[in-house]
Amino acid sequence: MDTSKLQDLVDDVLSRLMKGGASDAKVVARAGQDLSVRVRLGEVELVEEAGTRSIAARVFKGKRVGIASSSDLTAEGVARLVSDALELADLAQEDPHAGLPDPSELAKQWPDLGLFDPACGGVLAGEAVERASRCEKAAMDFDKRITNSEGGSFGRTAGGFAMATSGGFRGGYSGSYASVSVSPVAADEGGKNRTAGYWSARRQLARLEDEAAVGREAARRTVALLGAKKVPTQEAPVVFDPDAARSLLGAFAGCVTGDAIYRRSSYLLDLMDQSVASPLVTLVDDPLIPGGPGSRPFDGDGLAARRNVVVEKGVLKTWLLDAYAARRLGMKSTGSAAGSTGTGAGVSNFYLEPGATTRDEIIRSTARGLYVTAMMGFGFNAVTGDFSRGAVGWWIENGELAFPVSEVTISLNFKDLFGSIDAVGDDLDLKSGVAAPTIRVSRMTIAGS
Amino acid sequence: MNDHPATPRHEGLASLRAPFAPGAPFEIDRERARKILEAALSRGGDAADLFAEFSVGASMALEDGIVKTATRGVSLGVGVRVQRGQAAGYAYTEDLSWESLLRAAETAAQIASGDARAVAEVQERTRHDRYKVDFPSVLAAGMGKRELLLRADKAAHAADSKVARVEASLAESFREVLVATSEGKFVRDTQPMIRFGVRVIAEADGKRQSGSSGGGGRYGLEYFDLPGKSPEDHAREAVRVAVAMLDAREAPAGEMDVVLAPGDSGILLHEAVGHGLEADFNRKGVSNYSGRVGTPVASSLCTVVDRSDIDFGRGSINVDDEGNEGTSTTLIEGGVLKGYLHDTFSARHFGIDPTGNGRRESFRSAPLPRMTNTLLLEGPHKHDEIVASVKRGIYATRFGGGQVDIASGDFVFSLSEAYLIEDGKLTAPVKDVNLIGNGPDALGKVTMLGDDLAISDGIWTCGKDGQSVPVGVGCPTIKISGMTVGGTAVQGR
Repeated sequence: MDTSKLQDLVDDVLSRLMKGGASDAKVVARAGQDLSVRVRLGEVELVEEAGTRSIAARVFKGKRVGIASSSDLTAEGVARLVSDALELADLAQEDPHAGLPDPSELAKQWPDLGLFDPACGGVLAGEAVERASRCEKAAMDFDKRITNSEGGSFGRTAGGFAMATSGGFRGGYSGSYASVSVSPVAADEGGKNRTAGYWSARRQLARLEDEAAVGREAARRTVALLGAKKVPTQEAPVVFDPDAARSLLGAFAGCVTGDAIYRRSSYLLDLMDQSVASPLVTLVDDPLIPGGPGSRPFDGDGLAARRNVVVEKGVLKTWLLDAYAARRLGMKSTGSAAGSTGTGAGVSNFYLEPGATTRDEIIRSTARGLYVTAMMGFGFNAVTGDFSRGAVGWWIENGELAFPVSEVTISLNFKDLFGSIDAVGDDLDLKSGVAAPTIRVSRMTIAGS
Repeated sequence: MNDHPATPRHEGLASLRAPFAPGAPFEIDRERARKILEAALSRGGDAADLFAEFSVGASMALEDGIVKTATRGVSLGVGVRVQRGQAAGYAYTEDLSWESLLRAAETAAQIASGDARAVAEVQERTRHDRYKVDFPSVLAAGMGKRELLLRADKAAHAADSKVARVEASLAESFREVLVATSEGKFVRDTQPMIRFGVRVIAEADGKRQSGSSGGGGRYGLEYFDLPGKSPEDHAREAVRVAVAMLDAREAPAGEMDVVLAPGDSGILLHEAVGHGLEADFNRKGVSNYSGRVGTPVASSLCTVVDRSDIDFGRGSINVDDEGNEGTSTTLIEGGVLKGYLHDTFSARHFGIDPTGNGRRESFRSAPLPRMTNTLLLEGPHKHDEIVASVKRGIYATRFGGGQVDIASGDFVFSLSEAYLIEDGKLTAPVKDVNLIGNGPDALGKVTMLGDDLAISDGIWTCGKDGQSVPVGVGCPTIKISGMTVGGTAVQGR
């Protein structure tokens, strides 16, 4: 289904909702074509292919809100969506803050951010298998200690999105995404296996990292874990590689959205305009990066997307707000509404601005400490900022990576963790919507043996 | 067969009839199923299956004392899979027109190349009903459900003046599935589910903490009439946790004894052994449990089973998403590894019968071996004697979630309510903390096991390869003699 058909569909549903008694409404629709393949030990394991589509509506009857969604786009399915949404609005109670944004705030035009690459959709099953195979083969050939594999994968998706509101917004865009990944396996002592996946993802097919390079990096990371052991419980500096650091940033992002603030579910609640991180830390949410993985020309409320500096040199500057949270908090929206029928803000491209130091310099300048390459678990309490997660990586001794480490946890409250970042690397790679360079925290508790 | 509840006529029931159900506009009967499967095997292949799913989900959310949103979602589609050796082709469609169904079958067929293969005459099969619900909650009057949330709100605010915010939610779903296979299975199942939750924020003396309580399962609204399951009960429990945690102190760091309370602590098994015993990992030889059947992988106190036959359990299934009957599978007996959890694919590889663990999030994904309700059975010890045996350690009652690295067997789980044990007694609450261990190592250190087996209330969702499925866990009081506790307080500092 192309975007003009999607636009027709949302226009039609919107007019039926308004005729059915809605005082306001918003309708979104998506359609896409997905292909994903997995190859294991050189053999095709899975080829998955599908066209997807869905429609969703948010309906207002005065200050009452009903939401309905469906993947059933038959005439009956759409009729049911319309009647469900209207009926559900009667069920909700009056929310004094409910409503669409002021029409004067709506985006009237927007830039083409280069989010769609027709070449992505052009990859057929045969080529996808070839790409996944090349990735896995490079991993298997890299080191003879790589003896097994969880498989190499290639996936691509391409699709469109359309939105219309009774407030007068009407717009849509297309997007694409391609990704390649592999998880090679090496046998270790004591019946353990080791694996460390690696991946690349881009909106433009041609900018995807070379499959063989992805495979070699995954293999390098996997054999590096052989012989990993616990270290004694202690306090020490911790260096986070970009994949681990981005996970810290993702947790932080959940604490700066307007919904977390009015729900009093953020440790940052009382800290606006105060220092919440070291002066080395500047955090930006920028939806306007051409071709960016999280880029969007307008937000889920239909407001123009804009760059927001959330933390500037350590000082908290703004929450990320959608129209609803802004109204609740007596503020202005930052154009950060997530793109569906619920309320709530979402990050676009949320990143930690890179510094001038290289990863190697950061490791070299660490006398002893932990270099974390992956984390495990859900150990973050957004209300208190308490953070405690499992970690895998390397022990640093005299500025050198000495031996691999596993089965330890790292802990520190986020206030102190972000406050004691004393090095920021230059290696930012915007391969996902949340991204960070290598960083170092001057002191954390490491629990081990 | 279709065990649709024999409810007195209700106009809403029509809205819960799948468009592929008998007499519906896009009915898939045995003949149509056979034709689709024939198209799927038109280029050869070992086997094919068809999975049709119609799911109606609804939710209501309360905050600021009002039920702010009511939502409903419909998901409908058909997935077709063709298996050939170790390979599978999978395609799905959300459009149930005959042309689209055939196109999906032909797309899935591309994995194979050869002569067409015959489809066995399809047979309907009978089965148990482990969640016979008289009246699906999605059809119950909305106002009554709204009242459940308002009751929770009122009870939470009344429970303690430190309560600053209350959120409550009710999520319900009703899923109808149809599975037909080239080996002749033709099975329907209807699967209800509810999940209720209350979350509160308590504030005092400049400190802030959250606490939550929830539950549910494959019930209708009669769930709330069960002892201890009323909206008020969950509200008061959420408040209790939040207020207790206001006084939490820094958690210790390092290796110490850990005692896990009965019920939700079963998440330990889910992470420490459950995932590692899913047969896809073992077929590929990538799990740390691969090739260890018949050998000890836990202390001799430990017997672990996966049971899909618990009445109304969140993880229970009559049939799995490949049409195999859900069973009870012993994974570990007296500490010795007995077997794995299988889907059709892995069962064929190992040459055994499927265990009924082939599950999928929806028609959008091919099935994988998954857990249902995973339990550690009871042992000989009393709860109090277990706690009393610990000189210095942690007692854990509530959990945020867990994760495992299948290859190494290292797993973590995070505690959201835990207490220090000092000289055999529970003392102060401690802040959120992660525990980390290695599967066989941690289970080998189970030195005491309670006689107080409990099954968690229905709150858990398990993620694997991007697919979420509802699961249950359960266990008695467990003592692990030495596990790494990831707090911030280094001893002796």
